[in-house]
This record gives sequence, structure tokens and C-alpha cells, in this order.
Amino acid sequence: MKAFTKHTGVVVPLDRANVDTDMIIPKQFLKSIKRTGFGPYLFDELRYLDKGEPDMDCTNRPLNDDFVLNQAGYSEGSVLLSRQNFGCGSSREHAPWALEDYGFRCLLAPSFADIFFNNCFKNGILPIELPEEQIDQLFAAASAKAGFELSINLEQQVITLPDSSTIAFEVDTFRKHCLLNGLDDIALTLEDADTITAFEEQHRSRMPWLFS
Amino acid sequence: MAGKTLYDKLWDQHLVSQRDDGTALIYIDRQLIHEVTSPQAFEGLRIAGRKPWRVASNIAMPDHNVPTTSKERSAGLAGIADQVSRVQIKTLDDNCDELGITEFKIDDRRQGIVHVVGPEQGATLPGMTIVCGDSHTSTHGALGALAHGIGTSEVEHVMATQCLLARKMKNMLVRVDGELRRGVTAKDMILAIIGEIGTAGGTGYALEFGGDAIKALSVEGRMTVCNMAIEAGARAGMIAVDQKTIDYCQGRPMSPKGELWDMAVEAWRDCVSDDDAVFDKVVVIKAEDIAPQVTWGSSPELVGAITDRIPEPADESDPTRRNSLERALEYMGLEGGQPIKNIPVNKVFIGSCTNSRIEDLRAAAEVVEGHTVASNITLAMVVPGSGLVQDQAESEGLDKIFVAAGFEWREPGCSMCLAMNADRLEPGEHCASTSNRNFEGRQGFGGRSHLVSPAMAAAAAIAGRFVDIREMGEA
Ligand code: SF4
Repeated sequence: MKAFTKHTGVVVPLDRANVDTDMIIPKQFLKSIKRTGFGPYLFDELRYLDKGEPDMDCTNRPLNDDFVLNQAGYSEGSVLLSRQNFGCGSSREHAPWALEDYGFRCLLAPSFADIFFNNCFKNGILPIELPEEQIDQLFAAASAKAGFELSINLEQQVITLPDSSTIAFEVDTFRKHCLLNGLDDIALTLEDADTITAFEEQHRSRMPWLFS
Repeated sequence: MAGKTLYDKLWDQHLVSQRDDGTALIYIDRQLIHEVTSPQAFEGLRIAGRKPWRVASNIAMPDHNVPTTSKERSAGLAGIADQVSRVQIKTLDDNCDELGITEFKIDDRRQGIVHVVGPEQGATLPGMTIVCGDSHTSTHGALGALAHGIGTSEVEHVMATQCLLARKMKNMLVRVDGELRRGVTAKDMILAIIGEIGTAGGTGYALEFGGDAIKALSVEGRMTVCNMAIEAGARAGMIAVDQKTIDYCQGRPMSPKGELWDMAVEAWRDCVSDDDAVFDKVVVIKAEDIAPQVTWGSSPELVGAITDRIPEPADESDPTRRNSLERALEYMGLEGGQPIKNIPVNKVFIGSCTNSRIEDLRAAAEVVEGHTVASNITLAMVVPGSGLVQDQAESEGLDKIFVAAGFEWREPGCSMCLAMNADRLEPGEHCASTSNRNFEGRQGFGGRSHLVSPAMAAAAAIAGRFVDIREMGEA
């Protein structure tokens, strides 16, 4: 997994609540057996006017000019700002894969759906929950003109605005550690293999029907 | 000390280790696998040179991508017209064959939607921890189990370590008191609950459903309720074990037998919240207040009673919410103030892991019997949840009732619930659907889904518009 330490990037304001995973990456792209290559289809139904199909060449597809990612100055963005309950719906990890493949490294919203939130950390994306008022202020700044940048420092848990003011944020210590070091969960868990084996033995004697 | 909730008990029984930072390793008893969220996990294992920790804990089947017409199905894997889908399903077959994982392949009668097949086979049982790379895994909580959806990285993690990295959630109880009125079903109940608490109301909670109205439901009905816990934001929904649960599990192919059965039943009787258990949040709903529900927007919380009108966005004071209402109505081609009964219907879909069990098909067939699908309905389809549900329905003659009325009777799979196969809505079409998500484009690009119960969907097919099922037969 790609480590996340510090990141500076342009903020893309996506002013919608309940952005669901079907919206982030529509189901026809879930037929892929790969983890990569989803970036061109990120927000496919919002971004293009025609219907996207897997493996389609997107260079000449008609764009929806109303969609923020198609507007000058925003398409290079790497920090996505949105409203509450971002990432609700299906458990598809294709959603963070698509965001990451497009180039997003950090997501800001008042709240995220559980499964999606978790999936982000496994893919080197940092989702940050901030209070509504701060989100409102960031929306005002990012929508006023394209090119509004934020610097996110995970180690210090702080976001720096262009005027040098800062916003502190919370992050779970374990997830922070994994993200900072780009650690693979599985390798970490397998360090505890003996504990798992010991538990399994006890569990088997208590509930043998689970192992028959 | 206060008693424990069902969730507390299941958590404690499966806790392998707890870290100081609040994360924990939870032992997983059963992993269900399907073709869409597993290929990258199998690939990850292979690249790292890892093997599944306990092969027998995994069960796989293709469901999302399988075609549902008998023409395509009769030729098994080779019959799948869509090449990309065929590759994905073949990848699942190959991965399972290589690792020795039990799979109900496309031409196996036991194949079906993973959340219908798990309980049907006794592969998911009370007291278990169950995961699947699919958010509707919450369904299995209806048996008194801790079941939740996970992402692909976690699928790989569970395969490799038999554990899930998790943080304990908070406890929430949704209590439905009293008795449901005639014509009102489990589906209406869960839609009304989501309407009440919202699609993020359960975020961060393990949600237990209780109260007399829940106890009165069949185990199938309870599955319908738990299935949609995720639509209220909760990764896990669950219902305490009672005699009905135990009767449901008895004699299933993978249920314990003999002495092990007796031992299991004794343990399962404790899969209930203690009387003095404390929940972080309690929501109480009166069953009598629930009418048949229809969603009118592009989120399950945008729902109302069949007798209601669609709300006016202008009446909404919260700007973000007003904005979402306006956007939803624009997408749905509807207007504030319009009676829900006036919403047009073009297609009808009866199926999905929410409502494709035998009881759902019986309820729909009862409404359909002796009637014909209205002429404005371009497609009405019934897709059983599994091959065994299909066989059972056919042995009861339900297929004949549907076909005689003008419905298409299909082979098992997810089908138009998410439209990954050829079954889908065209732009602008309205669909009365028994599935669980009405997101934009969910059932096909530009399609407009209205979530309802099987009886309400059947009635909409016959009438050609939404009708109050309580008035059917009396008119
Ligand atoms: S029926 Fe629908 S909701 Fe259920 S598993 Fe299949 S696609 Fe998901």
C-alpha cells in the first residue's frame, strides 16, 4: 500500500450529501478482475453524458460541463470535499480504487459511511471527518475559485490553508500508523498467528459444530 | 454490572485480541464469497504466496453477474453471452478449484444469491461471525449472528488470517411494538424504520431489531428487515434467537446433527440481549402506524406511505436536505406534492436478497393469481433467490400463476437488483422493485426505482400503477 505522510493538492468541491458508491463507480465497471484502471470511470454517470462501458476509451466521450471535475482548474484536484454520509451503499472497494486511480489522496466530509471509510485506509486514501461549519467554510473557499489548495500533514494531524491558518483533525492511531508506513494489515495480523491459533483451539472446543 | 446485548456477547465470544488503540482482531466463522468482490483478493493472496487459513470456512457462488434467462443458463458457464461476466465467473470457479473452496457453480441447483443460499443451506447459523464482500451480509443477522459486509482487502485479510480487524461498534435497539396491520409486511416495516432514522441513522452502530412486531415475523421476514440495516447506515443488523430461529435451522444440509445439534441449540438460546442490557440508543416505532411503503426518491430514506404525497422541497428548512430533495425529484421526474399513487410504473421486478425467498414469491403470487399484467407494463419479472427456491415455487405451481398473468419467470441471481447482467431499466423508466436500493442508475442508467414489498410490486404490475394493497380485492 502507498504510504500517506503529507499531501498538498487542489480541493474539488462536490456539493452533494449521500454520495453513494454506485455514483462513485457504477456497477458495469465491477466486472473487472483487476484493481487498477478505474480512474477514467470515476463518477462516470455524473462526468459523462453517454453511458460508460468497461474498457471504453474515454478521451472522446461527451462531458457533462456542469460536473465539477470537468471544470477548469478542478480536474487536477487531489483533495475531494463533500457532504454527509459520503460513500454510502455497497461495500465495493472499487470505489476507493477509482478515487485513488484518478489521483485523490484525501477526502473531507462531515461524515462517511462505515465500510467505505474503512476501505479508504486500506488503499492509501485518508478520509477526514470535520464539523459541518468547517466543511461549509471550505466549500465557500473551494467554490469561489478553482485552485484552492490544502496541505494535509498526517503525522501532525493538521490541515493547513493557503492563509496559513490550520485545522486539526482526528484519526485512529492504528490506522494512522499503517497509513504513515504503508503497512499491509495481513502481515501485521500474521505476526499474531500464535494467538489466533490458540483462540481457534478454544473456540473449537466450545463450539465444535462450527468446525464439523 | 449491566447485562450484555446480543452484539456484546457475539463480540466477546469471538474476540481474539484487543489492542490498546481500540482495534481488535475478531475470529470469523464463515466467509461467503461471490464473483465481484473476490478476484482481487485471490490475486493478492497468490502474489503474497499465502494460503487460506481455514479453507472449510469459505463458501462461494456466483450471483451478481449470472444471466437469468433459461436460454443462457441452460449452457452453464459457456452460455453466458457477456464475455466480461463470463471471465469473472470463470475466475471464481478457477480460484475455488485451485484452493479447494466449496462453490455452488452456475449449473448447481443450490446456486443463488449468496444471502439467500447461506441460511438456506445452514451455512450461516446463529451465534456465528459471518462476513462477505457485500454490504447486504447484514441479512444473516436475522439468525442471531454477527454478520457484516466488508471490502475486498478485508476479504483477503479474512482468507489469510481467519480474522477481521475491527473496532467495537455502539449498540442501538430499534423496537417495533404492537402488531402490523393487514397487508403490511417486513419490507414496509424496514422502509418505515429507514424513513424514520435516515440512511446514516445507524452509522457506527450494531443495530438490533426487537419488539413484538419483530418477534411475530417469520425468519424470512426477519431476513428482509436485517438485509436493509445497511440502508440505515448500520453494517450489522441482528435479531435475537427464539424457537422460530432454531426450527428454521433444523435439518438444513450444513446444520449440525445429533449431539452437536443439541449442544449448538443450548448455546444458541443465549444469543439474545439480557433483560438489563444497556443500548447507547433506542428507537421505538409503533407497528400500527406503518402503512404499505413506496420510495419516491433516489435514497431509501426518501420514502412514504402509499396514501401520502411526495413532500415539497420548499417546506424543507435545512439547505443540504432541500438540495438533495430537489435533485432526487429531478432525477426521478417527479414533483413535490404529487400523490404517491400517481407515480407511473413501467416495469416490475420481484427478486433480490431482500425479497426473493419462497414466502415473498407466495405473497406476490397470491396477489397475481387470476389477474393479468396491465398493458402499460413493458416487463414484469420474478427472479427466485436460489435454485432451491425456484424448485419449491415450481412444485407449488407459483411459476404458472406468474406466467399466466404475463410475468417472466427467471433463473436465480441478483438480476435487476443491480443490473450487472442484461436485466435492466432504460433511461426514464419507473420500476416497482422489491430490491433494497433506489440509487441513481442502480437498476440501469437513468432508471427510476421505487422500493416496495412483494405484494405491492405484484399489485402495481396488475393495476399498472401503485395501489394500496389493503384496498385490493375490496374494490
Ligand atoms: S440481490 Fe442485490 S443487494 Fe442482494 S447481493 Fe445481489 S446485488 Fe447485492
